Amino acid sequence: MSFINYSSREINCKIVYYGPGLCGKTTNLQYIYRRMTPDARGKMISLATETERTLFFDFLPLSLGEVRGFKTRFHLYTVPGQVFYDASRRLILRGVDGVVFCADSQLTRVDANVESMENLRVNLREQGYNPEQLPLVLQYNKRDLPGVASVAELHALLNRRNVPEFESSATTGIGIFETLKAIIKLILIDLKKGGR
Amino acid sequence: MAQGHFILREREYEAFMAVLRKLLADSYAKIVFLVDKDGSLLASAGDTAEFDTTSLASLAAGNIAATGGLANLIGEKEFSILFHEGERDNMHLSVVGDRLILVVVFDRRSSVGLVRLRVRRSSEELAKILAVVHEKAAAGEGVIEELTEADIESLFK
Repeated sequence: MSFINYSSREINCKIVYYGPGLCGKTTNLQYIYRRMTPDARGKMISLATETERTLFFDFLPLSLGEVRGFKTRFHLYTVPGQVFYDASRRLILRGVDGVVFCADSQLTRVDANVESMENLRVNLREQGYNPEQLPLVLQYNKRDLPGVASVAELHALLNRRNVPEFESSATTGIGIFETLKAIIKLILIDLKKGGR
Repeated sequence: MAQGHFILREREYEAFMAVLRKLLADSYAKIVFLVDKDGSLLASAGDTAEFDTTSLASLAAGNIAATGGLANLIGEKEFSILFHEGERDNMHLSVVGDRLILVVVFDRRSSVGLVRLRVRRSSEELAKILAVVHEKAAAGEGVIEELTEADIESLFK
């Protein structure tokens, strides 16, 4: 649910990076944080374990300029990917405006991707969303590694809705901003339609 | 809450601000702020310059969400009041009208009893204003209609 403040002329939207454990959600946010100018980004917060696994969420606020006199602010969140943190994932999806599903392209993680996508659909429904309509972008991460599934395979397994999809390498930054731009566009188009 | 948008108009924003300013003065707090349960900051009063209010809002919402999850596990609807005690500063969080979170940061010039008392009164007033926000949303006021593809594209130039 976008928050539009007519007094301060601001639009606030929430983007959630979803996907299986160790797929690169936090690395996406870290790359975005490093590459944005300080005036366009706030502080990045990571609620992580001592071994740097996401425990609750990462949070990165961005300001992207104005549309029609409204400042646009995007709050980027990641969920903890590990299966047993499902209760936390559900909480973080509350009020989401758009989801980036970050898939791990490695062949050994194919099942984990499918399971996580199904988990996303279940949790969205539980929060009152229609998983067929919420703005969604797919990112096939770790394309730089050996032993990865083909994009066609990943598409067939994960992209039933035929939403925009991007190949990426979050450690080097390939495809990261393309993904972000795509989800922001979908959210703003959705905003124009007057929401869900 | 997956339908529509949360739209705050000038009049309701000013009404929220008036309540926050009064609460700030009456409770001898350092800052008070009002946050949407999704983590967006709606309004704040007090010496906010020394605080990162965006992060505060996000973490306050995360805090309420996590304790709400805990409450559900023991059969409670939610824990509507949270209190965090620090060495110097303390934080009082409370849920308003099932939708907003009122956060008060205070030090030894005040007390948890006084804050709790003032928050209770302010929450009633904030809930009334929130009801007006919901009424206007139900009437379909205020969605940005004139946004074009070109507007969206201009953000990325």
